[in-house]
Amino acid sequence: MTKVSMTINGKSVAGDVEGNTLLSSFLRDEQRLTGTHIGCDTSQCGACVVHVNGRPVKSCTMFAAEAEGAEVSTIEGQANADGSLNVIQQAFQDHHGLQCGFCTPGMVMTAAALLKDNPKPTVSEVREHLEGNICRCTGYHNIVKAIMAASGQDVSAIAAE
Amino acid sequence: MPKDDGIGAATLRREDVRFLTGKGQYTDDIKAYGETAAVFARSTVANGVIKSIDTTAAAAMPGVLAIFTGEDFVEVGGNPAGWLINSRDGTPMHEPKRPVLAHGKVRHVGDAYAAVIAETVEQAKNAVEAIEVDIEELDAIVDMKDALAGTNYVHDEIGTNQCFDWGWIEDNRAATDAAIKGAHHVTTLELVNNRLVPNAMEPRSSRAEYKAASDEYVLHTTSQNPHLTRLLISAFVLGIPENKLTVIAPDVGGGFGSKIYHYGEEALVLAAAKKLGRPVTWTADRTEAFLTDAHGRDHVTKIELALDKDGNFLAFRTETLANVGAYLSNFATATPTFLHGTLMAGNYTVPNVYVNVKAVFTNTAPVDAYRGAGRPEATYSLERVIDKAAREIGRDPIDLRRQNFIKPDQYPFASAAGLEYDSGNYDALMDQMEKVADLAGFAERRKASEAKGLLRGFGVNAYIEACGIAPSNLVGVLGSRVGLYDAATVRVNATGNLSVMVGAHSHGQGHETAFPQVVAEMLGIDASAIDIVHGDTSKIPFGMGTYGSRSLAVCGSAVVRATEKVINKAKKIAAHMLEVSDGDIEFKDGQFSVAGTDKSVSFGEVALKAYIPHEFPLEDIEPGLEETAFYDPANFTYPSGAYCCEVELDPETGKVTVESMTAVDDFGNVINPMIVTGQVHGGLGQGIGQALLENTTYDENGQLLSASYMDYAMPRADDVPFYTVDHSKGNACTHNPLGVKGCGEAGAIGSPPTVVNAVIDAMQSGGKNVTHIDMPVTPHRVWSAMQNA
Repeated sequence: MTKVSMTINGKSVAGDVEGNTLLSSFLRDEQRLTGTHIGCDTSQCGACVVHVNGRPVKSCTMFAAEAEGAEVSTIEGQANADGSLNVIQQAFQDHHGLQCGFCTPGMVMTAAALLKDNPKPTVSEVREHLEGNICRCTGYHNIVKAIMAASGQDVSAIAAE
Repeated sequence: MPKDDGIGAATLRREDVRFLTGKGQYTDDIKAYGETAAVFARSTVANGVIKSIDTTAAAAMPGVLAIFTGEDFVEVGGNPAGWLINSRDGTPMHEPKRPVLAHGKVRHVGDAYAAVIAETVEQAKNAVEAIEVDIEELDAIVDMKDALAGTNYVHDEIGTNQCFDWGWIEDNRAATDAAIKGAHHVTTLELVNNRLVPNAMEPRSSRAEYKAASDEYVLHTTSQNPHLTRLLISAFVLGIPENKLTVIAPDVGGGFGSKIYHYGEEALVLAAAKKLGRPVTWTADRTEAFLTDAHGRDHVTKIELALDKDGNFLAFRTETLANVGAYLSNFATATPTFLHGTLMAGNYTVPNVYVNVKAVFTNTAPVDAYRGAGRPEATYSLERVIDKAAREIGRDPIDLRRQNFIKPDQYPFASAAGLEYDSGNYDALMDQMEKVADLAGFAERRKASEAKGLLRGFGVNAYIEACGIAPSNLVGVLGSRVGLYDAATVRVNATGNLSVMVGAHSHGQGHETAFPQVVAEMLGIDASAIDIVHGDTSKIPFGMGTYGSRSLAVCGSAVVRATEKVINKAKKIAAHMLEVSDGDIEFKDGQFSVAGTDKSVSFGEVALKAYIPHEFPLEDIEPGLEETAFYDPANFTYPSGAYCCEVELDPETGKVTVESMTAVDDFGNVINPMIVTGQVHGGLGQGIGQALLENTTYDENGQLLSASYMDYAMPRADDVPFYTVDHSKGNACTHNPLGVKGCGEAGAIGSPPTVVNAVIDAMQSGGKNVTHIDMPVTPHRVWSAMQNA
């Protein structure tokens, strides 16, 4: 067992982990932050995306021990200080960008990383950026639309209800 | 105008908040003191005899608490087929036992023969590696035609790989044969409906607890229908009394059919929890999901369409081989038969239809209902052969369809495949499709594509499906062993808010938002005062869950009936409060008033009175305000649609991109248009996936080559376009109180033939006489077809 400490959603945490404990397992099993989901075992689906030191990371591809001293953000830390949905979360609700909710945390975290680097992406940039996130419910239409809306761009021309 | 949160309003989903903030509670998120983990030992060969299993070394591994093998479940029952199909000769289908754990033989890669329970998943995995198993590998049975011709059997005891040989409708066979023989023109097409893996993003997971003090079990599981799961476990598999078993499907991360069925893992964790007295959780990894979730489709079909000299359809005749895999999943026998054959008249006045389906056992994962379930297979066969026929006889594919459409004045219409369609207007859908897709502008768009060196194709499709899977009387005649009603309890609390307990299960469909819209509209109260309770057999009435686009049409109707009962009782209470007779009470906008006066009481006042029944006429009115209704409809519902898409095809590489996809559907009345549109989007994404990307490939040894997301091409965001969805031309269903038809599967039914027809049109426009290509339409297949044309 190795001691590991990091900051998760602004809170300092510490724990004992095996050398092969994944960051995703540490978050879910040790920290009980179960909003980070495991949808595959080949780092393809993106349901486990979190931010480590401000960069998006598939938390199933990183050992917990590698996050020693890091600033980690998860879906549980995304809402505004008053508990209301942040701009991206609100856009997902406003544009019906989620159905079963399982891929959603990874989608929101991936979208947040995109908009940080590229505040006004094109539709094709959004679609390309979602290459590592699989959704089986929405056909992606409303996810792409929500991210465009979250970036402050006009989405009224994108067909929908 | 619809109210903000009543019927017809695009109310935002209340469930989104928990999902967007990481507060969803899926099965694998649930943990308690004493948690243990189950991991299964699964066959690495497709067909083999289990010679011996030695668990001695594994049992001595760190953290191991128990090991189970097939031997432990010899005395319990098997997982049954829910639908009895009789062959054409009247003999019943073959129903081999499906045990909790394989015993004697393993029959597909992934078939579980043992399970280890340990303190942690890692320890259980390590112990599984230490199980010494001797399996004598036999030749695998993979190809359906070989399976029927050979003498190597998946189940030796039945002496054949044919589960059944079904004819629909057998009495129509001679007339259909004669119509084809005498026809002016017959178009024939042989096609494959590719095997798909449903791939709900949440892998299956089951967690059991046993409470020794009361001899009760609680099973949390990824299920679309917890009551059906409980019934199967109680009545067929483990024999746990229903009143001692609570099944809870909490938040479930998508289903698409794959989570309808009971699976052996659920029985295993229940048995293990009792043995250990501790909670036991199993969660599939993705490769396990590929190997063991029920797959979809996998039909090989020959279809013939007979036409007269004027282009009138005279007959459809199909012969289909349907793969059911190694064991019969719960609805495996209904999917290729009554959910497929009965739709083989499509939207057309064709007088003769005959369908033959041979179901075949193979050493592959079980195959069962996947989004659309039989209806995509029917639509794909019909709409591909109609396009081919149009090309052969030199007709426009839309005109040929229109000529043969059932007309609006012909309803109710008895189809040649045995169903009575209640309502529809297929020409109106086609008109709307031509308009919103700007069909008139296609020629210009084709020119623009050609200027870039690309071919552009247009594909069209009309579909009808049977939804609201229900009428118990009808499905009983057709072989169903279960009833297919649904149920709801409307509980009005004393303070005027409501809990509505429903038999349907929501795993993405937004019931928690849409169902309150119905109740709010009926009661004239705010939807935020109404909560939906679903997924827990200890809280909800016995309903049959969610599949076959049935939730609103069947369970929603039960909600309406229960709410009507509440209103009727509330009227009596109001009459008592206002000192008039029941017949004088009018109920509108949440107020009970005396006709012709200004005397009234609100719904909230009546609710309070129901629970504080001072001076109640107890001989006439019981205290309380809570009603239950079971609803069993008179017929299926019949959603229909006209779809089109445009593709661009690069003749240098064979790569196809879907440039536009238009879905015009008749869903009857619509409760929440935002949710309905989202359901169509999802179906379209899956349909484009089937058409262009997804394929489930077993090699000749029965090894699944496409068992991960690195090998199975899931549609991603840049594989699909924005969609155009229109449901403005609905015709209300005539036999349920909401007039709704169901929208969950339409997109996946309507889109695959649309895409493939467009690809063929593109190749034809490039001067290549390609008349058929199988899904998935990969660049390699397109390029090869064009080279060989």
